[in-house]
Amino acid sequence: MGHLGWTDLWCVLIRPPNKASRLCTETASMRIMVAIKRVIDYAVKIRVKPDKSGVETSNVKMSMNPFCEIALEEALRIKESGRASEVVAVSVGPAQCVDTLRTGLAMGADRAIHVEFPGTLYPLSIAKILKALVDAEKPGLLLLGKQAIDDDCNQTGQMIAGLLKWPQGTFASKVVLDEENKVATVDREVDGGLETLCLDLPAVITTDLRLNQPRYASLPNIMKAKSKVIKKLTPQDLNIEIRSDLEVVQVTDPPKRKAGVILSSVDELIDKLKNEARVL
Amino acid sequence: MAIRSLLGAFRKRSFVTRAVSCYRSLSTLILAEHERGVLKASSLSAVEAAKCLGENNSISLLLAGTGPSLQEAAAHAASCHPSISQVLLAESDKFAYPLAEAWAKLVHVVQQKGSYSHIIAGSGSFGKNILPRAAAILDVSPITDVTEINGSNLFVRPIYAGNALSTVRYTGSAPCMLTIRSTSFPLGATPAPSVSNAASVDKVDLSTLSEDDAIGKSKYISLSSQDTDRPDLGNARIVVTGGRALKSAENFKLIEKLAEKLGAAVGATRAAVDAGFVPNELQVGQTGKIVAPELYMAFGVSGAIQHIAGMRDSKVIVAVNKDADAPIFQVADYGLVGDLFEIIPELLEKLPEKK
Repeated sequence: MGHLGWTDLWCVLIRPPNKASRLCTETASMRIMVAIKRVIDYAVKIRVKPDKSGVETSNVKMSMNPFCEIALEEALRIKESGRASEVVAVSVGPAQCVDTLRTGLAMGADRAIHVEFPGTLYPLSIAKILKALVDAEKPGLLLLGKQAIDDDCNQTGQMIAGLLKWPQGTFASKVVLDEENKVATVDREVDGGLETLCLDLPAVITTDLRLNQPRYASLPNIMKAKSKVIKKLTPQDLNIEIRSDLEVVQVTDPPKRKAGVILSSVDELIDKLKNEARVL
Repeated sequence: MAIRSLLGAFRKRSFVTRAVSCYRSLSTLILAEHERGVLKASSLSAVEAAKCLGENNSISLLLAGTGPSLQEAAAHAASCHPSISQVLLAESDKFAYPLAEAWAKLVHVVQQKGSYSHIIAGSGSFGKNILPRAAAILDVSPITDVTEINGSNLFVRPIYAGNALSTVRYTGSAPCMLTIRSTSFPLGATPAPSVSNAASVDKVDLSTLSEDDAIGKSKYISLSSQDTDRPDLGNARIVVTGGRALKSAENFKLIEKLAEKLGAAVGATRAAVDAGFVPNELQVGQTGKIVAPELYMAFGVSGAIQHIAGMRDSKVIVAVNKDADAPIFQVADYGLVGDLFEIIPELLEKLPEKK
């Protein structure tokens, strides 16, 4: 497998029209790209490695980042409403990301792209890789989760929007597409409440927890997903040089809180708060 | 270590810029938020954080907006903190609302002129929305939610919902961009505002703010917020939080009553928000707000990893729960096992009147 030209990819795109695009012929030509990340499952209690180099990830349950699931669900709902023709899931990272992409395909994504890179990647590199994919795939909407629950960065969507010079709707709890006017109305969860923005398409939207309830993949769809295409690329194929301006010095456990006490009555609680903790 | 960084420097031929970014004098730009003519507390925390970067750090504050409230905020900013040496004012209709597209470009323009070594914003929704976009335009990696600063390029930040602390070194070129967790950089005793050592207020030249960029591709429509008299959740001295066990929005009023009695802010778990008891801006946790009050009282909160992430740095934690095995008791200083529907009314009755 040598250098992969983009022509290979276009061949994949020529496929029989699906139900949604037949219903809504001209307008539903928009493609949605969804970026998904493979992370340690949210319910796992993580362990810091004894050598302080990071967090133990071998033999630990991995899943799709919960916010990415929400982004994918939203893309699928937009497609099912006839406002998009295709949903492309992309993931950047080690070989096992294919499993996460397979999950995305089982949920209903049409095809997937895996940019394989075994080492550590920071959001700036991810954003550059995603920009190259956007330049090639020309989606009308790019959906991401608002943050990954492992690095808790909350940066990638904003960074790719900056690189693309696209408008951004971060922390979205509601997305309404108006494909006729090529705009998206986005409700954002901000500190003081809910903010509503109107974005010109193409745009980048990052999803908050309350945007939707992601579906489970059914068994037939899991079977179907096995025959869907996952395109493999490397950062070199996209002419992206991975460099890093950050270096993790150490990863440690947070300081432990001292053990607390169980009290027997409200009177005792008020007394402790007043006289021992002195917070009342 | 030294050899590796030297090799890296030769490879990228950026040795000069690195040396410059590490050793020349510090200058910090703070992306500041203002509301009704005053600086927000999170922006002042960013000033406290900037002071931790090193000695002789000249601190500039960037304010953007339009109209009289901007002027008031500028006057407030110039005299409210002795460490602020300059206030930069970007006055334009483009900044009537804090849109990321215009702000990121503004940061780019200001950085080109001022060549700051560091750019800092609070890690609220404002900073998190804008700073990474600006960082990408400046081609540097930002660092989110910094809780500790050890010199000009060594930072500590929580990862995995606060279950691990990561120490990162920034090795890139200037500016080094951070969002800081406000609760980790509390305001010192604020000296009385004095006009005598007021910072200079300068207007930003906006003529190079290009129109061909993303500015104008996003429009502000509206903001819906709940007006309350209660203190702001992020800065409150006491926070009273309710979880799923409250069972209904009606019952949640018990929490609100208790908060009122204590002069506290009200928080909620994801379960309580999802069930519709309270609006989502009250959610405390990994995806909601991070709080570190003096007293945090959790009622009917089980203590999921994601919730603990938002309150583990509180000074005193009180948990009231029926289930003696609830994980919340592992982080609580004082626990009370019992029915919150009996305990809250008793507390309401026996708590001293607030001063």
